[in-house]
Amino acid sequence: MKSATAAGTPPVPARSRSRKSVTGTRTVVAALFLLPALVLLGALVVYPIGYSIVRSFCNASGDRFAGLDNYRALFTDSGIRTALKNNVIWVVFAPTVATALGLIFAVLTERVRWGTAFKLVVFMPMAISMLAAGIIFRLVYDQDPDKGVANAVWVGVHDTFAPSSAFPRAHPGRNSPLVPDRGGFITSATVRVGQPVSLPLVGVAPDRMPKDAKRAVRAEPEPGKVTGTTWQDFTRGRGVGRLGEVDPSELGYAGMRIEAVKDGRVVASTKAAADGTFTLPAQADGARLRLPADNFREPYGGVDWLGPSLVTPAIIGSYVWMWAGFAMVLIAAGLAGVPRELLEAARVDGANEWQVFRRVTVPLLAPVLAVVVVTLMINVLKIFDLVYIIAPGSSQDDANVLALELYRKGFSEGRPDIASAIAVFLLLLVVPVMLFNMRRLRREVR
Amino acid sequence: MTAMVRKAGGPVRKTPAPGAVRAGQSLGARLVEAVGGGVLRVFLIVVGLFWLVPTIGLLLSSLRAPREMSASGWWTVFGRPSQLTFDSYRRLLENSEITHSLLNTVLITVPATVLVVVVGSLAGYAFAWLEFPGRDWWFLAVVGLLVVPVQVALIPIAELFGKVGLFGSVLGVILFHAGFGLPFAVFLLRNFFAEIPRELLEAARLDGAGELRLFARVVMPLGGPAIASLAVFQFLWVWNDMLIALVFTRSGTQPITVALQTQVRQFGNNIDVLAPGAFISMVIPLAVFFAFQRQFVSGVMAGAVK
Repeated sequence: MKSATAAGTPPVPARSRSRKSVTGTRTVVAALFLLPALVLLGALVVYPIGYSIVRSFCNASGDRFAGLDNYRALFTDSGIRTALKNNVIWVVFAPTVATALGLIFAVLTERVRWGTAFKLVVFMPMAISMLAAGIIFRLVYDQDPDKGVANAVWVGVHDTFAPSSAFPRAHPGRNSPLVPDRGGFITSATVRVGQPVSLPLVGVAPDRMPKDAKRAVRAEPEPGKVTGTTWQDFTRGRGVGRLGEVDPSELGYAGMRIEAVKDGRVVASTKAAADGTFTLPAQADGARLRLPADNFREPYGGVDWLGPSLVTPAIIGSYVWMWAGFAMVLIAAGLAGVPRELLEAARVDGANEWQVFRRVTVPLLAPVLAVVVVTLMINVLKIFDLVYIIAPGSSQDDANVLALELYRKGFSEGRPDIASAIAVFLLLLVVPVMLFNMRRLRREVR
Repeated sequence: MTAMVRKAGGPVRKTPAPGAVRAGQSLGARLVEAVGGGVLRVFLIVVGLFWLVPTIGLLLSSLRAPREMSASGWWTVFGRPSQLTFDSYRRLLENSEITHSLLNTVLITVPATVLVVVVGSLAGYAFAWLEFPGRDWWFLAVVGLLVVPVQVALIPIAELFGKVGLFGSVLGVILFHAGFGLPFAVFLLRNFFAEIPRELLEAARLDGAGELRLFARVVMPLGGPAIASLAVFQFLWVWNDMLIALVFTRSGTQPITVALQTQVRQFGNNIDVLAPGAFISMVIPLAVFFAFQRQFVSGVMAGAVK
């Protein structure tokens, strides 16, 4: 290898001679040095391969030859097919996303002074167990936006653009002038200028009332205007408040939107003040007043990250969190070997940073990128812990992967035959990499 | 491959700031660069936060009472630091099942690491410096085993251990980890040992050292960096394992990962055990990681095929 070449010895034949035993030891001694390793490897790695292959052709109890039945089950059993489909998603997306992020981070951190600190932060998750990472992400993905940080952020962003309403569950009480209309409520009678309108509702929990809501006030008639009050027509305590009347302790629906509707068209609209009063221009005369649906929308609950449709992408996200650092460190090492002169030459020739990255850096890094992607693919093929921990019982079937299915079939469903077929299938998938490694090494070793 | 290992230990090459070479550029170009640099910094800080926040969330969750946890998010701690408490940790450390499983983790990890290092070194030395028929072919076969998924062995070894009485024992788990750690160990150490200058070994030989002495006094000390990488890598690998222990241990021998995993099904109710438990299980790997970063990185690099 390298040392031999560096020493100036002639190539191939002499190389292997140069590492001839220094002591001229007999083969027996060599065998003694190798024995522990060969026994362990033989019993724990080689023997299971053979056993699994044989087992995969037998029936569940292992006493009868079953032909290809177990392999057929791989493609017919619906649970295994979901697992297969998910494994394909995993193998396609997880390594590519992790590698792409690793590449971006590796290139960008070269340009800041605290790049090493950044790398440490991104690389750190590699040191922890998938179990711990799984628990970490169960917390992150908690459905309740008050507990899971993913939904807290998501809902925060969502509400900035589409604010949720202040009055979910508000509805008309008994003998109300309001009737349901398109998710909101509308007065059954038309309104007149100079006659104050009452728009009472009930059902908003006290702690959900807008913070700026003040005591409701009965609107005064105004010439040429339609005025009115919308308020929570409910006073704590039996028989205290009068229905449809503004009582002393009742609060106005601050910020409630009100539309005047004539012939199905909105002719005017306004918002209630803190005391629940509102004023509409004269066009509203003869219209019906509507409290539109967006006043009553339920608050946005965020995304169901661990529900059936998103559970696999969510878990892949946690995997990328763990392994992007791995890609980044390997790529950064490759980057350190890229001759700076080449990049500078491209810049001098007028290439911008993106062109340098796209046309020089990435092609030069291609071999490293390939190693990273292949390594991650092999790793992802065997993914188990993250899925087992993060997917809640209700969506574990939807998040299923081969390694998990193997574990279930082999150790809880009593089907070691099918589990063995899955194992052999996984092994077959890594055989090309195995051969590639061996070929690459044979060139080096001899 | 070995070249990569060596490179990993070396200092990171500093790049001149982009643009430093081009002095005569226009004000506009420099302005664009300054703004770009600002955007870049902000982007990297946001990404860094993205990577830190989940772990911080776990840490702060582990420091809150379960009652608080079901009511609000861990970030409310910043507004009300008074909710921080070590109660969950105190209760966890009084939970004998958890403390016992932590002990089991140590009892599994340390021997499994030592075993792989010793057995791997012996074999690595033999492949590098001893002569026997078909040496390179044997080595190739070992390299071929590098990527064999552990899943292949779960069922066969479960049955084998059942027959020989190792099922459920700590020893069984140790052996399994050793078996699957060895291909990488042999691969890494053989490549490293092969680069030891021949003259050193010959000199020792002239001083009358036997094969075993040569191995213990010359090869092992010189192989230090590779052995350290391997040890760190293997240690973290075994410490962090859940699947193998899940299959091969029973209640008295299970490590912390398996003990915690049983609580995950009722995640919401057991968060006061899971959060501090997960954090405790992370402390040692993180300490090892920060103390031996360099060795870990070179181990990861060399293991890029595992």
